[in-house]
This record gives sequence, C-alpha cells and structure tokens, in this order.
Amino acid sequence: MSILSKEQAQALLKKVLSYSKADECEVNLSGSDAGNIRYARNSVSTSGGVSSNSLVVSSAFGKKMGVATINEYDDESLRKVVQRAEELAMLAPENPEFVSFMGPQTYPESATFVQATADMSPKDRADAVAASLQISKENKLTAAGFLENNTSYSAMMNSKGLFAYNTSTGVSFNVTLRTEDGKGSGYATKSYNDFKKLDVKAASASAAIKAARSATARAIEPGKYTVILEPAAALVLLENLFFGMDGRQADEGRSFMSKPGGLTKLGEKLVDERVNIYSDPFNTELPTSTWSGDGRAQEKVNWIENGVMKNLFYSRYWAQKKGVKAIPTPEAVIMAGTNQSLEDLIKSTEKGILVTRLWYIRSVDPQTVLLTGLTRDGTFYIENGEIKFPVKNFRFNESPIIMLNNLEALGKPERTVSGESGINALIPPMKIRDFTFSSLSDAV
Amino acid sequence: MRRRDFVHLTGLGAAAAMLPSIPVWGNSVPLDAALDRIDPVLKKRMSDVALNAARSRGATYTDVRIGRYLNQFVVTREDKVENIVNTESYGMGIRVIANGSWGFAATDKMDNDSIAKAAELAVAIAKENSRLLTEPVQLAPQKGYGEVSWKAPIEKNAFEVPMKEKVDLLLSVNDAALKGGANYANSVLFLVNEQKYFASTDGSYIDQDIHRIWPTFFLTKIDAKSGKFETRNSLSAPMGMGYEYLEARPQDKIQGVTTLYKGRYDMLEDAKAAATQVGQKITAKSVEAGKYDLVLDPSHLWLTIHESTGHPTELDRVLGYEANFAGTSFLTLDKWQSKNFKYGSDLVNIVGDKTQPGSLGAVGYDDEGVGTKKWDIIKDGVLVNYQAIRDQAHIVGLNESQGCCYADNWSSVQFQRMPNVSLLPGKKQKSIDDLIKNVEKGIYIIGDGSFSIDQQRYNFQFGGQLYYEIKEGKITGMLKDVAYQANTQEFWNACSDMCDERDYRLGGSFFDGKGQPMQSSAVSHGCATTRFNGVNVINTARKI
Repeated sequence: MSILSKEQAQALLKKVLSYSKADECEVNLSGSDAGNIRYARNSVSTSGGVSSNSLVVSSAFGKKMGVATINEYDDESLRKVVQRAEELAMLAPENPEFVSFMGPQTYPESATFVQATADMSPKDRADAVAASLQISKENKLTAAGFLENNTSYSAMMNSKGLFAYNTSTGVSFNVTLRTEDGKGSGYATKSYNDFKKLDVKAASASAAIKAARSATARAIEPGKYTVILEPAAALVLLENLFFGMDGRQADEGRSFMSKPGGLTKLGEKLVDERVNIYSDPFNTELPTSTWSGDGRAQEKVNWIENGVMKNLFYSRYWAQKKGVKAIPTPEAVIMAGTNQSLEDLIKSTEKGILVTRLWYIRSVDPQTVLLTGLTRDGTFYIENGEIKFPVKNFRFNESPIIMLNNLEALGKPERTVSGESGINALIPPMKIRDFTFSSLSDAV
Repeated sequence: MRRRDFVHLTGLGAAAAMLPSIPVWGNSVPLDAALDRIDPVLKKRMSDVALNAARSRGATYTDVRIGRYLNQFVVTREDKVENIVNTESYGMGIRVIANGSWGFAATDKMDNDSIAKAAELAVAIAKENSRLLTEPVQLAPQKGYGEVSWKAPIEKNAFEVPMKEKVDLLLSVNDAALKGGANYANSVLFLVNEQKYFASTDGSYIDQDIHRIWPTFFLTKIDAKSGKFETRNSLSAPMGMGYEYLEARPQDKIQGVTTLYKGRYDMLEDAKAAATQVGQKITAKSVEAGKYDLVLDPSHLWLTIHESTGHPTELDRVLGYEANFAGTSFLTLDKWQSKNFKYGSDLVNIVGDKTQPGSLGAVGYDDEGVGTKKWDIIKDGVLVNYQAIRDQAHIVGLNESQGCCYADNWSSVQFQRMPNVSLLPGKKQKSIDDLIKNVEKGIYIIGDGSFSIDQQRYNFQFGGQLYYEIKEGKITGMLKDVAYQANTQEFWNACSDMCDERDYRLGGSFFDGKGQPMQSSAVSHGCATTRFNGVNVINTARKI
C-alpha cells in the first residue's frame, strides 16, 4: 500500500523540513493504489495494478526556487532530495513572479474518501465487467469498456507552518456497445467517489438501448437545429468555457473574457440569465478536496450567476499584482438546473436532435470559444415530443457562449465525467436552439 | 508525459487551469544526472527476478520493462524564466500471459521482494481475468536476441548542454518576437530521454537509449482598438534528435513566403518572421467559404496524415479494441482483403517506418522485443497493410509482428501504437512554386492548427498557422478564419501533385493519445508539399 495516514504523513514531512537550509521550503507528498480492467470484442483485453508515490520539495532562496522529487523515503534519500532542490534553486535565475509560501491554514475535512472503493479487488473489477459483458451478449452486441478505481492521499507542509492532508477514492466506468453489423453504437460513462453508487448493469443497459436504437441512421441536412444535449455531451463543450476563466489571460487581452484597453467582461451578463455555474467542495454528490496544491483553501465560488460573469481564477502572483482575491482553480464544477427530466425536455420539443455524446472537441478560435467536434454513439431526430429515428453523425462548429445565449430549457443536473479532459461535473441536460451542424459524418 | 501534464506544466493552455495542481511529473534530478546510466548487469538481474517469479506462479510468457524516463523543461515568457524542471520516473512494468490471458503490474520499489510481488500480482490478475476470455492470447513467434543494445544516433546530448545556453536561446527568441511587434511571447524547450530495458522469456535482454527534443514558441498580438487577437506558433517539429536540431545550416532552409526548415531549425529566425506575420494575421482578409485547391506544407500536412492515415490503419482500432475511447476505423478488414480499395489517388504511397533516423518513432526494438522495420501501408493509392503487434499478427496473416508496440512509462501496459506513417515524396522533380503556379483558386497552408476527426476517421476539419490566397498561379496575400473539412477517402483521392524528395520534411507530435488509461506516444510523419484539388473551406469567424 502506498497510502500514509495523516500522522505518518505529518511525521515524514516534519523530517524532510528539518533537513532544509533554504529561506523557505514546501513539501508535497502523494501516493496512490490504482487498478483497472479493460475489455473489447466482448472479452477482457488488458488490465493492471499500479502503486506509486512521490515527494516534491520546493526550496527558495529569495526569489530563486528549485524543485526536486523522490520516491524513496529513507533518511539518506530525504536528505538528498532537499539538497537537490536547494542546488537547483541556487542555479535558477531569479523569478520576479515568485510569491512567498503561505502560512498556517485551517481546512474543513473533505468527504472524498469512501472505504468501499478503497477495498475494491481485482475480483470486484472482473465481476463488474462480467455483468457488463452479460448485458452485451444478451442483446447480441459487442462491448468495449473500461473500469478503473484508485485510492490516493495527498499532504503538504511548509516552513511557514502550513499543513494539509486529504485522502480520496474514485471509480470510473465507461462502456461502448455496438451492434454486430457495426451500424449502431451506444455509450455510457459514470464516475463516483463511492463504488457502491456505481451500477454497471444499469449503465450498460442504457448503452445497449442507445446501440439498438441508433442502428440504420438516416442522413439529414446539416444546418441549424434545436438540440437536446445529454449531460456528458454538454460538459465537453462547457468545460472549454470554464478553462478560459483565467484572470491573467483575461487581463492580458487574450481570452473571451477580454475587452479592448486591458478591461474584462467580469460583472457583465454574457449568457442567458438561467445560467448559474459554481463550484463547491462540500457538495455531497461531487465532493472535492478542501485545499489546492499550493495550500489555498477551496471554497464555494459562484463563477456565473444569473448569466453574469462573477469570478475568475488567479495565480497567487497575479491576484497580488491586481489586488484581488486569489481564487484557486476548482477541481470540479456544478451547473444548476431544474427538476425536468431528459424525457420532459424531449416531450416539449417540436423538432430537434437529441445528442448523447460529443467527441474530439478542439478549439477553433479562442477569442469566441468557437469549438469543433462531432456527435457520436447515438444521435436521434425528435418530432412532436418523441424520438422518431436515429440520424447520422454531424460535425459541429459552435461556441458555448453562443449556445448558452440560445438556451431553451434546463433539466435536472447529474454527475458526469468529461470524455475529453476527465474532469467531473454536475451538469443538467439542456435544450439549445440554433446549434450549428456544419457537415455530415459517415462514422458510427 | 501526458499532453495535459505538459499543458499544465508549461502554462501554455487555459486548460491547465482545471488540472490537479500538485506538481508531480516524476522525480527531479540534478542537471548532470542524465549522464549516469543504470548498469545493464543490474537491470538483467532485476529482470530475471521478475521472469522467474512469474514463471513459478504459472505464467506461460512474461516480459519485463525497466524504464528510466528523464524529462527536462525550460519554460519562459517574455523576459522571464518561469520554470526549470528536471524529472525522472524509474520503475518496472511486468506483463504476463497466464491461463491464456494478459495480466500486468508495475512497481517503483526495485528490491527483489517488491519485484516478485508485482510479478505475482500480474499473474493473479491474468488468472482472474481469464474467466472473461473468449479466446486465448495468440502471440506471433519472436526469436530472442540475447543481450543487445540500441542508441538513438544523436550528435549532441541536449541534457548536457549548459542550462544558460538554453535559457539564453529562449529569452532571445522572446525578445526578438516582442521587438518584432508581438505583445506576448512564450517559449519552451522540452527534452526527453527514455532509457529502456526489455527482457522476456523469449530470451531477449535489450538495452535502449532514446532521445527527443522539441523547441517551440507561441506568440500573441492584440489589436488595441478592436481587442482582436491572433497567435502564431513555431514552425518547429518535435524530433528524435539531440541539440543539433537547433543548429540550422543554410542547406537546412527552404526559402519562400516564410523560411521552412528541413531536419534542423532556426528558432530565432522563425520567431522574427512570426512576429511580423502575427501582425499581418490581424489585418488579413477573412476567407470566403467555398471550394479551393489546397497546397499543404509538411509543417501542416503531417497532422492530416496522422489523423486520416495513421489512425485508421492501426489494427487495434480496425479490430475494435479502441471502440470505447479512440474509436474504430473505416478501413475495415474486407477493404484490405479486396486488394483494390482505393484509399487515395495513384500518387499516394504511404509507409509505416520504425527505423527512420531523426524521427520520433525510431527505435531498434519495440516494447515487446521485436526488431523494427519499414513496410507499405498504402501502395499506389490502394490499402495494402496495417500496423500490427505480436498478438494481432495472425489476424492479418503475418508470421511476425511489425514492431509497433509501445508503453509511455514503466507503469503503463504496452499496446499497439502508431509507427512513423509517412507520405512518400513525388518521383518527378517539382518545387513548391511548381505546385502553386498551376493553381487557379487556392490556399497555401503552413503550420498546424485546430484539428478534429470522427471516431472512424471519415470526416475531418483542420486549421493552420499561415494561410496564403493563391489566384491564377500566384500568391496574392494572407487570409484568416480558414478551416477545411473533408472526407478522408475523397480528400486523398483529390491528391493531384506533390514536390520531390528535396522538399521532404518531418512533422510530428509528442502527444498522440490512445488507450485507457490514456497513454501518450511520440510519432513523426514525413511528406513533401502536396496539392489537393477542390477541398471545402469554411469561414470560422464568429461574434459573441
């Protein structure tokens, strides 16, 4: 096991700091035990278990900083790693943007660790995959999927008296089921801290339904359509908005948040007033660490409130320079919604397209957050409140800013995970008008 | 090194913002540590511990990879050095076949007990998984090579170049860019040294030393009045070379609308040109959407080859092993079996190659102990082969693997990865001007930009760095807001002309992503400037 208890971590960190001769020293410690299993063609393909750990020492003399890391924890190795960091600091040029490490902080406990996930064995993983394969075979489909769990801890201490510790568990599962003739494909993805919340059978069954229903898709003309985006599809677009909310980029004039003359759009209403996006480490559905890697506390932050851009995240240096609060980047985001189900959104749609997954999203223009990518694994035509038939996949060119201005309706948020970046989020399904599909794809 | 770790580390993308903030990219080492190498005798001894432990638990095949992965980054912006990082990752990955099933385990604790335990875990996982197997793993035969070694043919180990020299180069690049009119300049030097040891129950003990280098920059220019901004990225290529890549000679340069680089790179010269061009991009004409003949420079076309030829000819995708993540392929086995599937025009000849000197994919042996080679994938426009590894070779009637197995770390399991996949240059002598002079309405595209393609590799969209309008055989000025969309087969069948080998150059990426958990692989793609007729171009300008 690579997981140290709070007391073990604290003792080790104190020992490391006792070797420091630098003006300031900060040590980050982390470790994880992870296991995974992968399957394809209705059979297990690869799987493995990896234990790893790391200790990172940052030493500073004035504004000169060096970083060294090691994964052996005997006294000689610990002395060596501190000495290396100090040697590198002496070699490094002075960085005017260096900010002194933080003093003592208090953090509430996080709810990121779940024992049931930490207890997962290779047998648990194989059993879960067996359940998914059974659904695939019963429905005469071909399955490819992946299940991964990890238990990790992180701790930090510095010469100014800061100490932080956290443990975390995670399990993620995703599966693609395809019809034997390759004409239909369905997907499901789930991610939790608690293994007990993962229902592999239900996820596989929903992918099986999409696979069967998406076969023999019809081609319809690309153009502007009302779309209903399932949460997994919406997240991969919206995350590009979140990633662009860096204060320095905005101030420097090189993001969608910038305005001429070094001004920003902070405080302006950029999207529909029903859009509320925030982060909250204490959310019970999506708990995250209560501190960031440089020791800053993670608190609840409103990023977009009633369509108005409320906050940006900052490095400690840039926040100090600008005289603003140094809000760290969140680990996960939450978008508020309503109590409407996906089915409710479909029922209220006269003509539209249901998009269950989007894929290969890339930035086309950072100034407008214009993105391109494609639909995948189940795209359906809706008429008079019902799914009528599957349609061939589209390439789109669209900006999440434009999209959130064309908001028609929001559903009930659910936890999902980005197929592009891997971040977790609580996102509602959403109905958007005039979404721009620019060409057809033959891909299934 | 995953792409997102790189993006995070270098602070080059806003995406960095959402990633975990604890800087764990491996173990930092002193600046001279790369010069020490672990004794192959010790590595053989550790390997034998793993091979014996796995065998005694019932493994019928075992391979062991001991990896020491060294990276160095020098990260600058404007007149500041933001970060100097040396990382090291050292450990062992053990892969076994037991009860006909694969199992894998990895450890960074290198004592005999920990190694034996990891080997036992790999066997236990294989046995647990064997109940879910439909057919046992079938490995193509591979002779043992005994104790052998291979080293990348570099001239100057970049890890040995004094730090001051590297810092001075990057700061001079930024300075030239700012003096030339750019508002912001970021530059990065990224060095990789993979010291890999492979041992297997086939009787191979292979020691390899691989070097890669990637110098790059990113310039931004903002129009103060409108607030519009444009960027221009470096035209460098990541290479399987030492520091000599940064020592460009006159014979390494191709002159044109901007200087292009063949095999070696003049970073300072490119930065000066880029500073002018990023200003021109702001006032350039917005493209009118429609059909254009495209003349594509190798600094751009490498990525189109990567996405539309490299990926769909990966056999694991064709067979469905990547169905849940990277996707499958439109180049299904029946198209290959027909021996007449017209992937491209007669001019299109594409090879897989793990041996090309200076390329990112070049090694002596792959990560399952197979000696590397070169082979045809597209011959005179027809699909003739794929990219395969040992447990796939029998599926396409091969008696041996094509040597395409790779793992990005000791802790990652090896699987089928793309070799260098390159478009052979034309046989007739032709210059870039010869290609342009026959174009009535076209666009000449240099440098790679936005890229996206579907999961079966039919529909793609690409942008670039520089776009020049061609009218009646002449370049008339710069364009912006350009992206082209096409279907892979239609695009390659529209390939109408190409330059000869004098113009042949490599492009590539450090971050080709595939697999779950996702792994990155470095790969090069060579080609000469090539023309494609009648491709659909869209205008990407929007208002928010």
